[in-house]
Amino acid sequence: MCAGIERPRSDLFICEGTATAAVLDEGVVDGVEQLNAHFEALLAAGEQIEPRDWMPDGYRRMLVRQVSQHAHSEIIGMQPEGSWLTRAPSLHRKASLLAKVQDEAGHGLYLYSAAETLGVSRADLLDALHSGHQRYAATFNHPALTWADTGAIAWLTDGAAVVNQAPLCHTSYGPYARAMRRVCQEEAFHVRQGYDVLWSLCQGTPEQKEMAQDAVNRWWLPAVALMFGPPDTVAGGADDRTAAMGAAVSQRSMAWGIKRHTNDELRQRFVDNVVPQAERMGVTLPDPAIRWNEERGHYDFSPIDWQLFRGALGDGSQCARQRLAHRVAAHEDGAWVREAVDAYAAQLADGELESVELDDEGRRVS
Amino acid sequence: MTAEPTAEDTDLAEYVLRLGDDALVLCQRLCALVTRAPTIEEDLALANIALDLLGHARTLLAYSGTLDGTGRGEDELAYHRTERQFRSALLMELVPGDFAVTIARQLVYAHYSRLLWSALEKSSDATLAAFGARASREVEYHQMHADQWTVRLGRGTAESRRRMQAGLDLVWPYAAELFERDALVDRLDAAGTAVAPARLREEWEREVAAVLDEARLTLPKPAWQATGGRDGLHTEAFAPLFAEFRSVRLQYPGGTW
Amino acid sequence: MSERSARVLTPWEVFIRPRRGLAHQHVGSVHGADADMALANARDLYTRRGETVSVWVVRSDSVHAASPSEKDPFFSNAAHKPYRYPEHYIPLNEESGHDG
Repeated sequence: MCAGIERPRSDLFICEGTATAAVLDEGVVDGVEQLNAHFEALLAAGEQIEPRDWMPDGYRRMLVRQVSQHAHSEIIGMQPEGSWLTRAPSLHRKASLLAKVQDEAGHGLYLYSAAETLGVSRADLLDALHSGHQRYAATFNHPALTWADTGAIAWLTDGAAVVNQAPLCHTSYGPYARAMRRVCQEEAFHVRQGYDVLWSLCQGTPEQKEMAQDAVNRWWLPAVALMFGPPDTVAGGADDRTAAMGAAVSQRSMAWGIKRHTNDELRQRFVDNVVPQAERMGVTLPDPAIRWNEERGHYDFSPIDWQLFRGALGDGSQCARQRLAHRVAAHEDGAWVREAVDAYAAQLADGELESVELDDEGRRVS
Repeated sequence: MTAEPTAEDTDLAEYVLRLGDDALVLCQRLCALVTRAPTIEEDLALANIALDLLGHARTLLAYSGTLDGTGRGEDELAYHRTERQFRSALLMELVPGDFAVTIARQLVYAHYSRLLWSALEKSSDATLAAFGARASREVEYHQMHADQWTVRLGRGTAESRRRMQAGLDLVWPYAAELFERDALVDRLDAAGTAVAPARLREEWEREVAAVLDEARLTLPKPAWQATGGRDGLHTEAFAPLFAEFRSVRLQYPGGTW
Repeated sequence: MSERSARVLTPWEVFIRPRRGLAHQHVGSVHGADADMALANARDLYTRRGETVSVWVVRSDSVHAASPSEKDPFFSNAAHKPYRYPEHYIPLNEESGHDG
């Protein structure tokens, strides 16, 4: 293939089922085995899978689950920080926080779009979120109790997310990888602004520093445990059997190139990032086992065993119920608006333009 | 030592403070809606508008603090005044009801502010003129957003139409205050530094009437007009809004943020 | 109401011209009941950091696509035509392989 050729992009929205049908109808390849061989060959060559490619059902299902859970996490993740938008202690902080919460909405939308290329609709995904059939990161089931929590959330949970997400920029499914590249590009500022919030508090009055330390104490475990998923290696704290089970899931995902690293590998990378940052700022991470291990070239920390992991989940907590209720209320309160949009669009449908353009002033051209 | 401000600077400081407080209080109301919008797209749009308004408030408050000779910065003015010292129009602090009320308020304010910022581009005050040029472009989008939603809701379903009309009826009595004239505004207008908003009223009415016409909604004819915000006489909704706004800062006196 | 069939969920593809002189590039998709809404949503979602000269939205179902597979005959004529590319020819100057 010649370098620089501009090939038509195919990450377009595809209705359910047409992805496989299109290829089959053209008779380009026939038989599931041949299709699968083609799919595996693409992966082996490090090529990305695009929406119109044939893909095994398991791959599609795993992606739908992962991408939609990721999208839901962005949307629910708006809440803990969003509740502080009205109380930000300076106008500068208010602007940063608004921009950050807005980014999270945007990231949710990128990811829902990526999920839609797999043949699911956002309405279905939101229904699944609202009914509890699909999950979001349990990290966000923890309450944001003080202003310092906005800093700790951004520094620790976004810091963890960045570690998770950087490899996903090269994940095997094209639309997901492209969405993640946008997310990662934009998220660069999130972690920094969170660290900055805490840094200022640590430079402030003793009461402010106390607020910062308290928030770090509460957000450490949700970040280090929940943002990376359960332990999937013995070294990470799982017993042999659990590690094997966790590893089986991770390995399936890794074989398909969706995931690139084990949960525990990424967790270690996060701890290695964060410990020196905490020291420099002057806060203590609430894990007495943290110390530099010369031999391994990594920081040791308490293994996230299953007991610790489950404890951090906070399933069924008051806050978890509140998060979902907040989301459902917004959706239900908005039903009449969405109905109006629909009804108006139906009136317009005749003679509707197929495309329109904005000029650089933001005005409509056509 | 800063020199004692001139009479005109004192006037201008007060005028700029009014405009800055409008943007700040409306931003605060929009902040509370983020995560509660009818669609995720709309969460994004409202946050975008809130960010623009916050930018306006910061510029205007900081400028006011320079003009009045106190040297107060944006945060000093935003967080460390008392309720009675806020100069925002009552429209901004109205408790948000449903999405239609939000859109009705945006419609009123977006058209007003676009006209005002555009007019201020010709101010003899260089700072205000530069601000007007920047802000008028930003609120053009706010106006488009409000116009489109007004039409969609006005022409959508029977329910959306009823709600949109109710929203308009609710906010309309608060529109007149934006165009009030007083001695201060007249002095600045005569000097060419500021624009008396009363001069924008006709154009504003023409514009919003055209939108309501397209939306097949009725232009409200309010039986009363709200007033008092420019003198710091607010509604009872203001104190809770302000208490929330500065709650963190109040708990940590002498803090650095 | 059945939101599954709702027009508010109509998908649109978004194309952005990041700088003057560049072609519009596909950046992703948005939902919108009509073109105005799709444009407004595209603006909010994809141009928050102000790197855009212009935006197009095109209804996803108006895009006619073919399989991207390398084997797909639709694209086969793009391959094996090295003469379409400057690198195929003698460089204009000796220092580089490019005629810059």
